[in-house]
Amino acid sequence: MFEVRIHGRGGQGVVTAAELLSVAAFAEGRHAQAFPSFGSERMGAPVVAFCRISDHAIRTREPVVRPDALIIQDATLLHQVDVFQGLRPEGYLLVNSAKNFEQLGLGEFVGGFRRERILVVPATEMAMTHLGRPVPNAALLGGFAALSGLVQLRSVITAFAGRFAGALAYGNIAAATEAYGFVRAEREELARAQAD
Amino acid sequence: MLRQIEGSRAVADAVALCRPEVICAYPISPQTHIVEGLAELVKSGALAPCEFVNVESEFAAMSVAIGASAAGARAYTATASQGLLYMTEAVFNASGLGLPIVMTVANRAIGAPINIWNDHSDSMALRDAGWIQLHAETNQEAADLHLQAFRIAEELSTPVMVCMDGFVLTHAWERVDTPSQEQVDAFLPPFEPRQVVDPAAPSSIGAMVGPEAFTEVRYLAHARLMEALDLVPDVADRFAETFGRNSGGLIHPYRTEDADTIVIALGSVLGTIKDTVDELREGGMRIGVLGITCFRPFPADAVRAAVAHARRLVVLERAFEPGVGGIVTQNVTMAAPAIPIYAVVAGLGGRAIPKTSLAGLFQAATADQLKPLTFLDLDRSLIDRELGRLAADRRSGPSAENILRDLGAVASRIG
Repeated sequence: MFEVRIHGRGGQGVVTAAELLSVAAFAEGRHAQAFPSFGSERMGAPVVAFCRISDHAIRTREPVVRPDALIIQDATLLHQVDVFQGLRPEGYLLVNSAKNFEQLGLGEFVGGFRRERILVVPATEMAMTHLGRPVPNAALLGGFAALSGLVQLRSVITAFAGRFAGALAYGNIAAATEAYGFVRAEREELARAQAD
Repeated sequence: MLRQIEGSRAVADAVALCRPEVICAYPISPQTHIVEGLAELVKSGALAPCEFVNVESEFAAMSVAIGASAAGARAYTATASQGLLYMTEAVFNASGLGLPIVMTVANRAIGAPINIWNDHSDSMALRDAGWIQLHAETNQEAADLHLQAFRIAEELSTPVMVCMDGFVLTHAWERVDTPSQEQVDAFLPPFEPRQVVDPAAPSSIGAMVGPEAFTEVRYLAHARLMEALDLVPDVADRFAETFGRNSGGLIHPYRTEDADTIVIALGSVLGTIKDTVDELREGGMRIGVLGITCFRPFPADAVRAAVAHARRLVVLERAFEPGVGGIVTQNVTMAAPAIPIYAVVAGLGGRAIPKTSLAGLFQAATADQLKPLTFLDLDRSLIDRELGRLAADRRSGPSAENILRDLGAVASRIG
């Protein structure tokens, strides 16, 4: 079982991201369970959503307390909410930011993790380019597909194409595809740097 | 067709396949997505003929359902929490009149303090309303129970409440197999009302009944509910024949055959309990689970047979009777009075029920170190601080707000 926790703010598509990640996994024939941790649903308030993916039926319904992967949709949460709670040393982390971890004040923190599993992606900028709206979830799921290999990009695209229509679908798919390429290039660069 | 969908959507589609003719509802979280889904199906013409009535309150929702059902229409509504309480008088009327209405309750806590999250306080408050109450463990079962609910309700002329955990199921996306219209039509015959208001053959329904016959009318309602103890498993068997899936019935035992300790619960927490039990069994603990699907009528014989060999029972309650204790516990005690029993109140108002807490609880239970009534993961320090304020100051203010101030930034919590 692979467990993902997504942090963001109301209005950024956090819950939709978890749902569509589950749809992407389902499209690959796996069992998946997505659910939100509802607070007071307000624009801008911290929101958490969860997604479990497994080759077997998923029975547990507790919140994800020891995630295999974290997706942070809003970097302003990093020092406000205990977003890293329970993240394993071998876990994956994808943060939506145009800054690097040092600039985010996390340089020391990420040293405790496997470097090639910890990345930032400017998902909001990509969303603005392709959608004209600061909704970073498609780019983050595209980036997450490249980072973790948990689902394929084409499954993420299938999920967004099933949820949205017309320009919204195209924009989300373009953002996911760009982020996928961005993260894959980053990972290759990290691998080269480590090989040197 | 197997789909990855939201629980509310799965239920809306299942209800639509039952061809309801009148749907009346008032929005309240976490039920709203269900009736929104149905409203879309009616508006698009996918569900026809069906009248969707936007009512002004839950009291009106149940009243319209009563009127529709009395006129011979298959009627459906859904609600939760304060909405269920607000329609209480009409809920009792629906069963008193013997009208086979089906209602989804997306289980949610009851205020005050206001709380939108999941527990079983709402449907438990109406357990004596004369309705059949079925509890879903998964979204597949929630969808399946609606197909069975209409059949059970109409065969007995008794309303059925399908309870599914709010948010935990209604807002969870998981795989659900939705049957075809042909399959559902084969399983669920058209509604043949036992009584109907008909201008061509005028009669009245709901006359005043005095002391000379009230007891007899009530007795018959009780007898109808007791008949459900045979019908509910029978419909589940016929469902399995048609759809090839086990859903519904009275109870679901899991690894109970050789169990010294049996954990009893209702609803979606059963999945987390089963995972915990599997892990504890690897360490040699002889523990099993009994899921109660049908809470009203209470399947006392089936429960007794399932737990007779156990040395102790742990009942995980998602609601409780203040001043008394566990609700399900009392029913189980009535069924199996000789077996030591521990009541555990857990998951009130959306409090997460983690496997680690359950494992610790079950270990304490098997060592017989539990008190008769336990509140799982109770934060004693918060209570002691408020008790201190109550003792120190007559004008100590509202407890809920005081405790929230003690907690500080609530939004930073994850579980």
